[in-house]
Amino acid sequence: MEFAFTPEQLMIRDSAERFLAQASDSHAVRAAMGVADGYDAELCRRIGQELYWPALLVPETWGGMGLGFVELAVLMEQCGRFLLGSPLFATTCLGTPALLLADNPALQAHWLGAIASGQASATLACALDPAQVQLEAVAHAGGYTLSGTHAQVIDGAQADLLLVPARIPGTSGEQGISLFALPADTPGLLRSALPTLDQTRRLARLELHQVHLGEAQLLCTAGQAWPLLRDAMRIGAIGLAAEQFGGAQQSLDLTLAYINERRQFGRAIASFQAIKHRCADMMLQVECARSAVWYAACVARECLAEDGDRAVAGELLAAAATAKAHASEAFFHCAAESIQLHGGVGFTWEYDPHLYFKRARASEQLLGTPAWHRERLAAQLFGEQA
Amino acid sequence: MKIGFSSADEAFREEIASWLTRHLQGAFAALRFRGGPGDEHSFPAERKAWERELAAGGWVGVGWKPEDGGRGLSISQQVIFHEEYARAGGPGRMGHIGEGLVGPTLAAFGTLAQRQRLLPGIREGRQFWCQGYSEPGAGSDLANVQTRARLDARGEHWLISGQKVWTSLAHEADWCFVLARTEPGSVGHQGLSFLLVPMDQAGIRVQPIQQLTGTCEFNEVFFDQAVTSVDNLVGQPGDGWKIAMALLGFERGVSTLGQQMQFHNELEEVMRLAQANGAARDPLLRQRIAQAWSGLKVLRYNSLRMLSGPQDGSLCREAMIYKLAWSNWHVELGKLAMDVLGDAAEVLESAPYGLSRLQALFLFTRADTIYGGSNEIQRNVIAERALGMPREPKLR
Repeated sequence: MEFAFTPEQLMIRDSAERFLAQASDSHAVRAAMGVADGYDAELCRRIGQELYWPALLVPETWGGMGLGFVELAVLMEQCGRFLLGSPLFATTCLGTPALLLADNPALQAHWLGAIASGQASATLACALDPAQVQLEAVAHAGGYTLSGTHAQVIDGAQADLLLVPARIPGTSGEQGISLFALPADTPGLLRSALPTLDQTRRLARLELHQVHLGEAQLLCTAGQAWPLLRDAMRIGAIGLAAEQFGGAQQSLDLTLAYINERRQFGRAIASFQAIKHRCADMMLQVECARSAVWYAACVARECLAEDGDRAVAGELLAAAATAKAHASEAFFHCAAESIQLHGGVGFTWEYDPHLYFKRARASEQLLGTPAWHRERLAAQLFGEQA
Repeated sequence: MKIGFSSADEAFREEIASWLTRHLQGAFAALRFRGGPGDEHSFPAERKAWERELAAGGWVGVGWKPEDGGRGLSISQQVIFHEEYARAGGPGRMGHIGEGLVGPTLAAFGTLAQRQRLLPGIREGRQFWCQGYSEPGAGSDLANVQTRARLDARGEHWLISGQKVWTSLAHEADWCFVLARTEPGSVGHQGLSFLLVPMDQAGIRVQPIQQLTGTCEFNEVFFDQAVTSVDNLVGQPGDGWKIAMALLGFERGVSTLGQQMQFHNELEEVMRLAQANGAARDPLLRQRIAQAWSGLKVLRYNSLRMLSGPQDGSLCREAMIYKLAWSNWHVELGKLAMDVLGDAAEVLESAPYGLSRLQALFLFTRADTIYGGSNEIQRNVIAERALGMPREPKLR
């Protein structure tokens, strides 16, 4: 057991920090917010084809770097700090883990190869509970016909690959759910970008009208996809939590920079104890979230690695719940405090605190709220689930 | 960064678990799950005997370096030791101040002779320590210590006069480490020294303080020309503040794991109770139980970070927030325990004031946010030392 970063992990963190501090500064973030897709296409090309961030988690056999989820979490922390608008989160934290957990070598080789080379982005249509899988997949000779809608998919309008769960009619609960890989240009797939409260991350509504898919587009055995989908979402929640505590840290850092400059009553307002104590509480939450995320990233690593430690991987539900709940609450708290401690300018569009505040609120909702995760954890602690 | 245990670790787990099963027997069986936070006044003599039993098995100073007589266990194995100790219901450690605070402090600042003279008593479970920091006029403002120490005419002994307060287990201790002013006329951090003082002498009087729990765990300690030999000064005269602060850094070391395992046992009791009395079906209590469970995990991960960092008493970010994190967590657990108990929380186990374990937990946790640096002082330290915010302007 070693609960500290390796020099290589620190190098990934530092180089990402240097790159994003410039490439995703406030000006760049605001420019991306105004673009229809929500991100700068040239920046995404550089990230994919020069920095190889999407290749990080992909095994070398499929053209990737073969690193683990801890390295990815290190990267996501920095993306969260700098509010990077990019399909990177959905691709690396949702699409890639789902593909890695899949059991369809031809599909995996094709899409993981395309992701690793920066040619394709991917996302996962998430359904936290089995009952939320609304799309229907009717089986017939040679394949399936999918119909229905999926209300909100992260980067659903931009991704090149959509991983979509659908239910065999007449089934219920965890049984009867299949997970399909749909290229963006699949006939009958209609994607509508939704205007979002958090303009730094986009959502889309999917409509599927009699979409015909073959067996080859199943990620795993038909009707048996719930465990894969569930684990991919838990791993995605850990990636999101890494982003969130990065955002929380940045909210604190922005605040410290401001209150050390701002003077009232003849002194920097940072010297008032009322303000110092609030900053100390922000740091408390950031550091607790950091610890929770690092541990959970180690668990996610064991889930995805070929030689993963099964005992550690068994902690996924608890680790994801702990990380997502702590990081969500830390981020929201710090972002809200950031507005308050900036005073009047914190309420303006010009200053950045509101960007973090909106990102914090949206991220808290995505992939399970703190209350939702705690309820799942309570059920496990009291042995209420199979 | 890697978590999980190797097969050698698991073999070690087997070794400590079976040792504990074999030794928490006979007279020691009654100590299981006793002597933890809020219960530290219980069975002192028996728990001292247990320390000697532990020591004979080589289980005191498991994290100390071999040259100091310790086992030099890896972090994984220290984690396992504490996990198994708690699982077996190992009693609250009487020797924790010596093992967790004095040992690392002497390892860092003591002379070879001091280590050779004083560490064996701790490692063998023979000598017990208490902490002489706070005074009536030096609580949060610890640097305002007024206890004085001066050398006698021959320069062979320090003579100590003054009063310490909130001294836990002083009535059970053989030694006290005392922060005293050795430079007459000095103020604040300057002129303080770190002295090791034997408790069994005419110049020291211990007066118990009754706590709001009704029990007496801490004390006032009066020094009236108390004597200690010159070779019981740690570091140089004037180094007291530096050493006292480093010692508080060690408080955030491996001893935190043992503390968390006590917390774990308390939480398990609350969860068993919730399942038994139906509170586990209440949606709001379920939320708080899950929050407590994951919060305790986070304390553990914070500790793993601290243990993987520098071990010289310096404070990293995770160590700076540690006291605030655990005290807040523990206070909330105490309140949760009462809410899970419901009506039963209102009735004592026995007259006149016999508290159940959970009632004692609820009341005792109110001390957690005060002692060892109140939460307000913790926030000042975090703001000024971790976040670099300006110091409070001093009134002249």
